[in-house]
Amino acid sequence: MPAVLETVEQVRCIDVDQYKYGFVTDIESEKAPKGLSEDTVRFISAKKSEPEWMLAWRLEAYKRWLTMREPTWARVDYPKIDYQNAYYYSAPKKKALASLDEVDPEILKTYEKLGIPLREQEILAGVVRPEGERRVAVDAVFDSVSVATTFKEELKKAGVIFMPMSEAIREHPDLVKKYLGSVVPTSDNFFATLNSAVFSDGSFVYVPEGVRCPMELSTYFRINEANTGQFERTLIIADKGAYVSYLEGCTAPMRDENQLHAAVVELVALDDAEIKYSTVQNWYPGDADGKGGIFNFVTKRGDCRGVRSKISWTQVETGSAITWKYPSCILRGDNSRGEFYSIAISNGHQQVDSGTKMLHLGKNTTSRIISKGIAAGKSNNTYRGLVSAHRKAKGARNFTNCDSLLIGHECGAHTVPYIEAKNSSATFEHEATTSKISEDMLFYCRQRGMSAEEATALVVNGFVKDVLQQLPMEFAVEAQKLISISLEGSVG
Amino acid sequence: MAFLEVKNLHVEVEDKKILNGLTLSVEKGQVAAIMGPNGSGKSTLAYVLAGKDNYKVTEGDVLLDGESILEMAPDERAAKGVFLAFQYPVEVPGVATMTFLRTALNAQRKTRGEAEFSTPEFMKLVRETSKHLGIDQEMLRRAVNVGFSGGEKKRNEILQMAVLQPRLAVLDETDSGLDIDALKIVAEGVNRLRSPERSMIVITHYQRLLNFIVPDVVHVMAKGKVVKSGGKELALQLEAKGYAQFADEAA
Repeated sequence: MPAVLETVEQVRCIDVDQYKYGFVTDIESEKAPKGLSEDTVRFISAKKSEPEWMLAWRLEAYKRWLTMREPTWARVDYPKIDYQNAYYYSAPKKKALASLDEVDPEILKTYEKLGIPLREQEILAGVVRPEGERRVAVDAVFDSVSVATTFKEELKKAGVIFMPMSEAIREHPDLVKKYLGSVVPTSDNFFATLNSAVFSDGSFVYVPEGVRCPMELSTYFRINEANTGQFERTLIIADKGAYVSYLEGCTAPMRDENQLHAAVVELVALDDAEIKYSTVQNWYPGDADGKGGIFNFVTKRGDCRGVRSKISWTQVETGSAITWKYPSCILRGDNSRGEFYSIAISNGHQQVDSGTKMLHLGKNTTSRIISKGIAAGKSNNTYRGLVSAHRKAKGARNFTNCDSLLIGHECGAHTVPYIEAKNSSATFEHEATTSKISEDMLFYCRQRGMSAEEATALVVNGFVKDVLQQLPMEFAVEAQKLISISLEGSVG
Repeated sequence: MAFLEVKNLHVEVEDKKILNGLTLSVEKGQVAAIMGPNGSGKSTLAYVLAGKDNYKVTEGDVLLDGESILEMAPDERAAKGVFLAFQYPVEVPGVATMTFLRTALNAQRKTRGEAEFSTPEFMKLVRETSKHLGIDQEMLRRAVNVGFSGGEKKRNEILQMAVLQPRLAVLDETDSGLDIDALKIVAEGVNRLRSPERSMIVITHYQRLLNFIVPDVVHVMAKGKVVKSGGKELALQLEAKGYAQFADEAA
């Protein structure tokens, strides 16, 4: 029955295509005992050879966490998470690597498969690179630990510190002590507090005064181990007049159970500094019936601490079973600026509750929010945002544009904007639209020769264009492909 | 057998019968004009040929080059060479006209098993084609039909036709909403595409367009079927006497 075989083969291909990062790397790993207790926290801290102050910080967070409740205000619905039925630390065996050559070849292969180059020699000498393509330094986080950071030496010459958080705690304790938890305090919210207690790794970036970081920095997160949560912590500091652009990517194997990802990202921009933070989030979204997938509960916040500082968040969210994420800006410095550009796509049974907070504290602070939500399948997609102007934030300005696009009849799009102005000189503008991909538009594209899926991808790419333009070049191309893949099977 | 054979076609839209046993042949390389009063089913014929949803064929068949196309999806038909110049071209926000053209052309070529165009080849093709239609580079960068004037929209349709090189082009009231200068540009664009390998169906309400695109044959539609066929002089006769004379013949 060749026809049947062909069909079976085709279906298999589609499946693999839809989430092509779903493979598992077979590697020996070392885990903390299952469950969460003070011992788990001590175990992680000891694994990292942390100083006493760090352990104390974690334990305080843990004690605080025990008194907290999981937030329920988001428009997401999921079975109760059993925090004792997970591992909080998992690291590939074989530690203390002197060079990349010592990284387990299986892990290198994993990143190769993901298209993330970890070997500098290859990056430098290897393949001929298209003209104008920029180099990117990568920190690769595999389950709970950072396995490789590239271009460290070159960055060091420029004075930029880019290293795993666990190393930074040992090597730059003063900087870490000064800034860690200064934007997202340990008591901030349930998931951030949990993260403070058990975070295992993540990236640390410090760009000194007046330095423009010579290349894009990037962290690539990979969850591999089953039943394991990933809790990474990223801290980026741009000192006076500094500039840095940072990219973050993430994938995970396909598994039937839900896995928790609760990260915290803190950004600090001092006077005249600028941080651009881009994310392409592609965690495993679960299967067609909504089984499995990552629970993505993330706290991301930037503090425009200095005058004329600027923080810009750009996110392309296509993965995860549940996304709960509100990258925010505290506009503390006078004339500082916050930006949030977001594309959130949900398909199948995915649930997205995402948005931003722009807190205007300083004078003449400005912010801009462009959010594009696309819901397909049986998914729910919510934009939740807060724009507030403090009493002293004279002349604060915000422009918000939230557009939602619905594909099919079973999905939902919701917009929940909160606006608070505590002084009369603030100017807030809010625009919102909800539309459906019209049959006429699809027919027009299909009459010209595009398949239903090509047509949908084209229309969607047009819909999200304003945001895609904000992404660094290489990411924009990736994101565009990802959008097509995420929407596969969304039209019949 | 003619290149396009429409045989005894009956079509319903939302339970309303629009086409009542329409029969029509268009030879290879022929330009056939279809005229008729409002509601005679001209646009329905155009949509049915292109494969639009919700047009239910209850009887009859449509053969393109001897092959029935009724079961084919719109994009399959497009790859077989069916092109519809829309009466009301649709806006596609955020998608540059150039990108749209390229996606469409490569999609068709892929379906036909042909190699995709490289960027330089494609740019050259579009530049040359658009020049004749008075379409500048700036317009190609703008989103498809968004903020286009009526004339720009119609020229854009002809540009797409020129780039896609169909075997059967259906022009649905391409003259509607055009002033005389715009009409001339569009008609010249169409005439340039006349070829022994390409059949065209020019649907129009008025004879005016046919002064510029001179048809080989004229068919008159009324109440969902072709009621009279003749040479180009038939159009002039219609202009003089109106459609009323055919209403009885259809009954």
